[in-house]
Amino acid sequence: MARRHLHLIMIEVQHLTKRYGDLTAVADVSFSVASGQILGFLGPNGSGKTTTMRIITGFLPATSGTVKVAGLDIFDDSFEVRKRIGYLPENPPLYNDMTVAAYLRFVARIKGMARAEIAEALDRALLRCGLTTVADRVTGHLSKGFRQRVGLAQAIIHNPPVLVLDEPTIGLDPQQIIEIRALIKELAGAHTVVLSTHILPEVAQVCEKVVIISGGRVVMEDLLAHLTQEQTLEDVFLRAIAQEEVHNGQPHGEVEEIAE
Amino acid sequence: MRNVLTIIGKELRSYFVSPVAYVVLTGFLLLGGWFFFNLLSRFSLMLTLYTQFQGGGEAANRLNLNDYVIAPLMHNLSIVLVILIPMITMRAYAEEKKSGTYELLLTSPVRTGELVLGKFLASFLFICIMIGLTGIYPAILLVFGNPELGVMAAGYLGLLLVATAFVAVGLLTSSFTENQIIAAVSGLVATLLLYIIGWPAETAGNILGPLLRYLSITEHFADMVKGLIDTRGLVYFASLITLALFLTQRSVESLRWR
Repeated sequence: MARRHLHLIMIEVQHLTKRYGDLTAVADVSFSVASGQILGFLGPNGSGKTTTMRIITGFLPATSGTVKVAGLDIFDDSFEVRKRIGYLPENPPLYNDMTVAAYLRFVARIKGMARAEIAEALDRALLRCGLTTVADRVTGHLSKGFRQRVGLAQAIIHNPPVLVLDEPTIGLDPQQIIEIRALIKELAGAHTVVLSTHILPEVAQVCEKVVIISGGRVVMEDLLAHLTQEQTLEDVFLRAIAQEEVHNGQPHGEVEEIAE
Repeated sequence: MRNVLTIIGKELRSYFVSPVAYVVLTGFLLLGGWFFFNLLSRFSLMLTLYTQFQGGGEAANRLNLNDYVIAPLMHNLSIVLVILIPMITMRAYAEEKKSGTYELLLTSPVRTGELVLGKFLASFLFICIMIGLTGIYPAILLVFGNPELGVMAAGYLGLLLVATAFVAVGLLTSSFTENQIIAAVSGLVATLLLYIIGWPAETAGNILGPLLRYLSITEHFADMVKGLIDTRGLVYFASLITLALFLTQRSVESLRWR
């Protein structure tokens, strides 16, 4: 029981702030994700979603604040945390001259998988993401939808307890969107998932918990079931965003774009 | 260590699945062959002329393959390396940053040292192949002439060290930017500067002069081409390579500080 309690909170973000010079991309963001939960990370473009996810995955350092993944601090135990995270960035990080299978094998190795496990993990990832037919094709020649799925496959290949997915269904056709959403739902329970999106129905279908971020601040954190008791998610979202803009006197610009 | 091998494998594969490796190797061998052919035909012309003269036999004896063919060949090849190596190394980090694969590498449990070492060793192996293939020219000389083997080997070691130092510098400039052209140009400027930094040594005074001469890559390389391997030169190359690798590691790591 003690062990279970220890891992009840898988991701804990506390007072996270990220500044680029004078620009504050993320300001005092705090939220938590329970083990096995799917968190919908919502917000308009340029609200700080990508920056927050990059900090959680250890790609960018925070200006201040802490993030704990599975009880480990991402700054002090960066190496251990990175072993436990699968990350799909905004643009799938593919090597365009590699075949899908070679690429996924490479990812499996740098994620620290034992050589003996890789063949099986590869088959599983290919199957789960519907890539079996393109396994021997060069990733540079694939369509956007397939590239996105290869990106997802590299995030899950080493079976990490935590998945951070930055707009995983972007660029997919409706059929593929349905498949990928089903896949993400299937991952819940065994995996903790942080999923950023600005597609509201996606959140309504897939997520248990919702964090809405606007202008770098968390304006809402609640279980989806609570939020949608009396109003639609759309209303909740618009109201939360509007509050933030009134609060700050002005809408926020494209902070993330500059951060690139 | 395993990660280093994985990175080396991935890097070498990317050289050879794209046309880059073949274009670079062909170009290098083509130029090398042209130098060799011209040096050798000039050598044989000189030899014929000298032996035709009265008492020219003694002068002809002083002509040797090491001084008149191999040494200039080594110097010519080293100049080609100044231009080619930044083009080999430019993509190493810049392309990863541009295409977003940098995010994959830096969020994986791979230490920056392993990444830097893996990329360096992959490029090093590539230039070993490149320089190794030019071994055909001295091999021809060994079959048909009698060059001094030791001097030749020292020259080759020098060429390999020069190339390795250039690779380390090229990788460093690539780690600064996500633009491959900027990486290549700044790499070229840096390697060329190392090549010619000794030029004002004659007039630079008693303190600066020897310092510039010591910093110059040509100074140490020229000694090795003459067959002179001393610890001073070896220490120079080892420090240059280590410094460049260390700075690259810092440069990659710096993303985690900002």
